[in-house]
Amino acid sequence: MPAQVITVTSGKGGVGKTTAVANLAVALASNGSKVVCIDGDIGLRNLDVILGLENRIVYDIVDVIEGRCRLKQAMIRDKKLPELYLIPAAQTRDKNSVSPSDMNRLVKDLRNDYDFVLIDSPAGIERGFRNAIAAADRVLVITNPEVSAVRDADRVIGILEAEDKGPAALIINRLNPALVKKSDMLSADDVLDLLAVELIGIVPEDENVIISSNRGAPVAHDPKSKAGQAFRNIARRLKGEKVPFLDLDSSGSLWERLQRLAGRK
Amino acid sequence: MTGTNSLIQIKGLRDGLLVSLDDAPWDEQRIAFLAQVDAQPDFFKGARLALDVASQVLHVNELVDLRDQLSERGISLWAVISESPTTENTAQLLGLATRVSKPRPEESRQFSVRDLGDETALFLERTLRSGTRIEFPGHVVVFGDVNPGAEIVAEGNVIIWGRLRGMVHAGSKGNKNAVICALDLSPTQLRIAEEVAAALNPQENPKPEIARINENGKLQAEFWSPG
Ligand SMILES: Nc1ncnc2c1ncn2[C@@H]1O[C@H](COP(=O)(O)OP(=O)(O)OP(=O)(O)O)[C@@H](O)[C@H]1O
Ligand SMILES: [Mg+2]
Repeated sequence: MPAQVITVTSGKGGVGKTTAVANLAVALASNGSKVVCIDGDIGLRNLDVILGLENRIVYDIVDVIEGRCRLKQAMIRDKKLPELYLIPAAQTRDKNSVSPSDMNRLVKDLRNDYDFVLIDSPAGIERGFRNAIAAADRVLVITNPEVSAVRDADRVIGILEAEDKGPAALIINRLNPALVKKSDMLSADDVLDLLAVELIGIVPEDENVIISSNRGAPVAHDPKSKAGQAFRNIARRLKGEKVPFLDLDSSGSLWERLQRLAGRK
Repeated sequence: MTGTNSLIQIKGLRDGLLVSLDDAPWDEQRIAFLAQVDAQPDFFKGARLALDVASQVLHVNELVDLRDQLSERGISLWAVISESPTTENTAQLLGLATRVSKPRPEESRQFSVRDLGDETALFLERTLRSGTRIEFPGHVVVFGDVNPGAEIVAEGNVIIWGRLRGMVHAGSKGNKNAVICALDLSPTQLRIAEEVAAALNPQENPKPEIARINENGKLQAEFWSPG
C-alpha cells in the first residue's frame, strides 16, 4: 500500500507541531510502520534536535532538491528505531529554496517504499506552509486550548478547505484538565464547537514532553507519560483503529470560561 | 490611463488603480503585468491596487505569490474581482475585497444602496472562518456561522442564519436603517453606519436577535419574537 502523507500545521507558532511530528513518527515506527519524517521548517530546523539526530546530519532537503545528493543520502536513520528516518531541513537557507512542486516530487519518490510520510510545517500561512501542505493526503491541524491559537487554527482550516486539502483533523495539545475544571481554560468541547472538524487527539500538558525533547528522545517512547500515551493513541487512529479519547471532563459553560478569560466577570 | 500591453488594462479609480487581466494563461499575465510595473516603477509605487482577473481560477498559492511580489514593489493589493467562485473564495480567505464600487464623482454616497435595488444580496452557504473578509455593496445573507476573526462589511443589511461571533458592519456607507440579525448574536463587534458596539453579552441559551439603531441613535439589540 502506498504511504499516507500527513502534514502537521497550526497557523500560530509554538503550539506543538514539531513535538507532534516527532512523537507520531516514534509511535508509528514503534508499532511496525516504516516512517519518514520531513522537516519542512526551512531555516529554523529543529525536528532533528527533538529526535536526537542533530549530529548525524550531512545533507538536507535543499541538497536533495538542488541535486547535490541522492534522496537516500539525506535520510537519517533513527538511533533506536530502524524503520524511522528523518529528512532534515536546511538551516542556512530560506524557505524560497523550496517550492510546492519540489515537495511533490520528493514525496512521490517516497510513497512506494514507506507507510507514512510525516511533514512538519512552519507556523503561518506563507510560502513554507504552502510547501508543507502541497504533497499532503491528509492534514492534521494542531492547536492549544487558547483563544488566539484556536482562531489561527480556524483560519488555516478555512484555507485547507479552499485548497481541497480538507477535511482537516484536529489535535488539541497542552490541555490542562485542572484549569478547564476551574473554567480558566477552554475545554476540548469549546474548541471543537468553534472549529467544527474531526478530532483525532487530545494531548495533555505534560512536563515530560519538554524534558524528553531536550534529551532528544520523544515522550512517545515513555510508557508512563500521559502525553506519550495520547500520541500513541493518535498514531493508532491514523492507522484506522478506533481508540477512545482520554476522559477529561469540563465543567461550567463556554461563556463562563470565555468571560473569565476575557476578564469580564 | 490605459496600459500599453494588449492583455492588461489599467484604469484610475477614485482611491487607487484597477488593473484588468484576461483569460490568457495566468503565469504569462502575471509576468507581463509585473514587467509593466517594473518598467514604470514611479507610476505604480505606493498604489492601492484592485485586480480584475476575469474568469481565472486562482488558489491561495497564486494570489499570495502575486500579493508578495506586488508588495515588494510597494504596491498594496486590496481587492481581487473575479467571475470564478473559487477565485472569489480565495480572495475572501486572504482578507481581500471582491467587489469595488466604481463611484463616479457626481454620485452621492447615499445612493449606493438604492442604486443596487433593495433586492441585491450576496448569499453565502458556508461558515466564515477567521481571516475571511466579505465586502459587498448590498445585503449579505450567511447560511452558516461567522467565526471570531471573520468580518462582513455590507452597505445593506446582514442576516446570519447561524452564530455570529465575528465582526459585522451593516450600512457601511452610512445607511442608519440597516439591521443585523442572527440566530445567536454574540459578535466581537457590531457596527451600523457610524455606530459601534463592542462584544454584546454572550448568552447561555441563544435566541434570535436583531440589532438596529434606536430613536436615540444608539446601537441596540433585541430578541426577535413572532408577530
Ligand atoms: N503537551 C505538551 N506539554 C508540555 N509542553 C509541550 C507540549 N507540547 C509541546 N510542548 C512544548 O512547547 C514548546 C513548543 O513546541 P514545538 O516546538 O513542538 O512547537 P511548534 O509548533 O513546532 O513551534 P514552531 O511554530 O516554532 O515550529 C516546546 O518547548 C515543547 O516542548
Ligand atoms: Mg516547529
